[in-house]
Amino acid sequence: MSIIDHAVLERHGLKPEEYERIVQSLGREPSLTELGIFSVMWSEHCSYKSSRVHLRTLPTEGRRVLQGPGENAGAVDIGDGLAAVFKIESHNHPSFIEPYQGAATGVGGIIRDIFTMGARPVALMNSLRFGPLDGPHGARTRRILEGVVAGIAGYGNSIGIPTVGGEVMFEEPYTGNPLVNVFCLGTARADALVKGRADGVGNPVYYVGAKTGRDGIHGATMASAEFDDRSAEKRPAVQVGDPFMEKLLLEACLELMKGDALIGVQDMGAAGLTCATSEMGARSGSGIEIDVMHVPQRETGMTPYEIMLSESQERMLLVVKKGREREVEGIFEKWDLHAAHVGYVTDDGLLRVKDHGSVVAEIPNRALVDEAPVYTRPTREPAYLAEVRPFDRAALPAVDPRDALLHLLASPTIASKRWIYRQYDYMVRTNTLVLAGMGAGVVRVKGTQRALAMSVDGNGRYCYLDPRRGAMLAVAEAARNVACAGGEPIGATNCLNFGNPERPEIMWQFAEAVAGIGEACRALHVPITGGNVSLYNETDGRAIFPTPVIGVVGLIEDASCVPTRAFKGEGDAIILLGETFDELGGTEYLKTIHGRIAGVPPALDLRRERALIALLVRAARAGLLRSAHDCSDGGLAVTVAECAFDTGGVGAEIDVPALAADPASALFSESASRAVVSVDESQAATLLQMAAEAGVPAAAIGRTGGTRLHMAVGGAAAVDLPVREAEQVWGTALERRPGKNEIRA
Amino acid sequence: MKFAVIVFPGSNCDHDAYHAVKHVLGADAEFVWHKESSLQGADVVILPGGFSYGDYLRTGAIAQFSPVMAAVKSFAAGGGPLLGICNGFQVLCETRLLPGALLRNRDLKFHCEHVCVRVEQTDTPFTMHARPGQVLSLPIAHGEGNYFADAATLAELEASGRVVFRYCDRDGQATDGSNPNGSLHGIAGICNERRNVVGLMPHPERACESPLGSADGLVLLDSVVAWLTQHGALETA
Amino acid sequence: MKARVFVTLKPSVFDPQGRTIVEALHSMGYAGIGDVRQGKYFELDVDASCADTARALASEVADKLLANPVIESYRVEVES
Repeated sequence: MSIIDHAVLERHGLKPEEYERIVQSLGREPSLTELGIFSVMWSEHCSYKSSRVHLRTLPTEGRRVLQGPGENAGAVDIGDGLAAVFKIESHNHPSFIEPYQGAATGVGGIIRDIFTMGARPVALMNSLRFGPLDGPHGARTRRILEGVVAGIAGYGNSIGIPTVGGEVMFEEPYTGNPLVNVFCLGTARADALVKGRADGVGNPVYYVGAKTGRDGIHGATMASAEFDDRSAEKRPAVQVGDPFMEKLLLEACLELMKGDALIGVQDMGAAGLTCATSEMGARSGSGIEIDVMHVPQRETGMTPYEIMLSESQERMLLVVKKGREREVEGIFEKWDLHAAHVGYVTDDGLLRVKDHGSVVAEIPNRALVDEAPVYTRPTREPAYLAEVRPFDRAALPAVDPRDALLHLLASPTIASKRWIYRQYDYMVRTNTLVLAGMGAGVVRVKGTQRALAMSVDGNGRYCYLDPRRGAMLAVAEAARNVACAGGEPIGATNCLNFGNPERPEIMWQFAEAVAGIGEACRALHVPITGGNVSLYNETDGRAIFPTPVIGVVGLIEDASCVPTRAFKGEGDAIILLGETFDELGGTEYLKTIHGRIAGVPPALDLRRERALIALLVRAARAGLLRSAHDCSDGGLAVTVAECAFDTGGVGAEIDVPALAADPASALFSESASRAVVSVDESQAATLLQMAAEAGVPAAAIGRTGGTRLHMAVGGAAAVDLPVREAEQVWGTALERRPGKNEIRA
Repeated sequence: MKFAVIVFPGSNCDHDAYHAVKHVLGADAEFVWHKESSLQGADVVILPGGFSYGDYLRTGAIAQFSPVMAAVKSFAAGGGPLLGICNGFQVLCETRLLPGALLRNRDLKFHCEHVCVRVEQTDTPFTMHARPGQVLSLPIAHGEGNYFADAATLAELEASGRVVFRYCDRDGQATDGSNPNGSLHGIAGICNERRNVVGLMPHPERACESPLGSADGLVLLDSVVAWLTQHGALETA
Repeated sequence: MKARVFVTLKPSVFDPQGRTIVEALHSMGYAGIGDVRQGKYFELDVDASCADTARALASEVADKLLANPVIESYRVEVES
């Protein structure tokens, strides 16, 4: 009688063992609709079955945490009775298939996760990774880049939430698997956070938003599979985002949430109606019964299977207090939205789906959510590490540091992203205190003296060479960026982008990275409040670099004290906080100039990092810092150069100790726990004293002024460039077409 | 003295205009929902920026038919000061309260950045307190800000001094390089014949507080307050 | 009844999208394509008994909403 055979299972991404478990859960064979429901809820994307055992080890508690992982987004207390609600999410696979809509719907999804918690979204950031812009796939990569940027801009600008910053990196392993991670931050009253609960038997369940169509069916299972030659056929009905609809939903929901008619709400994202109903029910230990005939549909002849699995965008599921239906419907009518009453909360713990009164699926919520398979997949340290880690520093040929700096400034990963962020409205809502490209994203919190700083950071290359340390460095970098703006890190979210977890080497990378994140978050006292895992980022068996991306939120107590990365004038003292070591392993310099990815990522002393972060926050609050910029990609030379950009041509003269015969070590090592700050000449001693008391190595390395970048190492001149020339190279690199990036020697 | 900020479905910068008026300028401000038929005694009306109706069909095309526009048109006909910012300017053009149309930026890209505009006319309610030729640093954020009008209309606008703001460089020179979107004659903002309706693509409400990057936009709000004081607040419509 | 409305930019209006498309075609080797103007196409499901009524209704709607006469012109086709 069963129409479920091996081929059907495979199309649903289910293994025979998983099917057995389904039969056990139900006590019978599932219907096709039930199979579909299980397949999406038990997909990697929704169930985190390969990652849960590891994610459980992350630190999620802290004195400010109001909501940790498990809800639509995390929340931390920011004082004044307010909370910051934030999360990061991925939309990688769809962005390769349809860059504009893939990225746009990714933005739409994360925004919904924030306002579903009762928070008004106030800022967006994104972390993007593509293949190289030159080379055999350059043209296709540029199209993907342009599509993704246009999609993020199209959605974010239209809905009126500023995109205040992010990172964009270009590296070969992302060629067929671009990464699009989107972060959203919102604010809410701390005592008014809304959860995704279905409480109160008999309470009506409402569906509001766009009509359901056939788009994105099996999107969750697609996200849980690699690409291969047949990927082109697997082009599902791609989801098309409608930011206007989402704007209406956002305003209507926030208006509804001001009252008390709402019990719980969840947005319909991956696995659509199925996920929203089962998760809300599971959280409350209750059940939800719906009849799909009430679900607004925009195509004819949709089956219950299609309706339950559709991933049509811009839809919310609400549980409302019985008796308050008119009020709820009225608020949505005002915004020209139709709220459809689709079902009820029950007490039997089941997801019961009816079609015109007949039951077509009946599954315990717990089976779908809490009892989804959890795998402890085997891990094995990859063989490639033995080949890439050995790195003979002494054998590295010396290169003219001036040429090296120009090459680095022109490399797309380091070059100015202005061509990109100019397409994002980063000023709407008049809260943006730091303009895009000038450091961490910073938005003020109106009605208070405070501001929130945020940064998203990751380094796939470091993680390829050492996933544990690379992940620790990502946490450190994001926290440090936020501290440079004067923000005390108070919470973090993670987006873990990896290859196929069924390969022990990939699983090893994952486990190591999560361990690294945990260690760093504990040491820096930054709890993880939620996040996202994206696996199977591979094409034809070749995986991306393991790429954990960390978003950190920082609290700035005084919004009038926010340093940016740019020097503010002539005659200021330039101070290097932290210490540089001779470690070129895994650096942009090693890759861009010498064409090698080798060695190990820079060492990280978490106590030092913690001390530096605390010092930066204190110094910023005291109004000491005229500028602050963390040292990362490209090392000290790139950092100092970037401090001189967007200043109207104010240059700098620095002299740093030599670490090796080759000045490259001093200039291009990417040692952790460092920041370049500038202070008024008269304040230099004060800052150095503060650093000494904090146990942070610090040294005055030079002075701002002139129109050139003079960098000396051990007293010997190494770089001498007009600022304008360096800025020109850096500022226009991304706009130039691939293949035309030759630098004059 | 009351400012009305009209809110269409999809308006975003209504909050920003409200904040600038209420918390920076210190005047009374009220949101007016697009379905209202009365402006409730407002003395100044602002059509804010954003993406009304998602910018579907054409920017501002659908908003022109919102119920509140009847009251807005009467207000304008009665001489009341009406300011259209960005999407608001697009709505004013679609409604024919201002001539011309806003096309896609010539490089087809959305632009978010600070630009300079030169104040060409100081005899409108929104530029009274500016100096002729004053250069203002104001943010733009638009994908369709490329002002177009046919040759006859352009000539008329210039001849009658109805170009109120023109893109320029920091020194006040109107060059092609300082024109961010390809607008004909570098036009950033214009007024109607009666000079009470002004539309501009840049966002003055985003430039009322120095920490945000510029406070040059405040002069438009200061001006209209002064204008109202001079002309007396209007009778309720 | 189906009415089709074709909306195009007036000749005097600069069309950057059309120009971009032409440049792309030329770089693809289509030297024989001189110019491209991008427009919009609307399909209306009209409740009308005869083609003339449908055409009149479509024109009215085009005048009022679908086309902006400052920059666009239109033509209507009705499927009988």
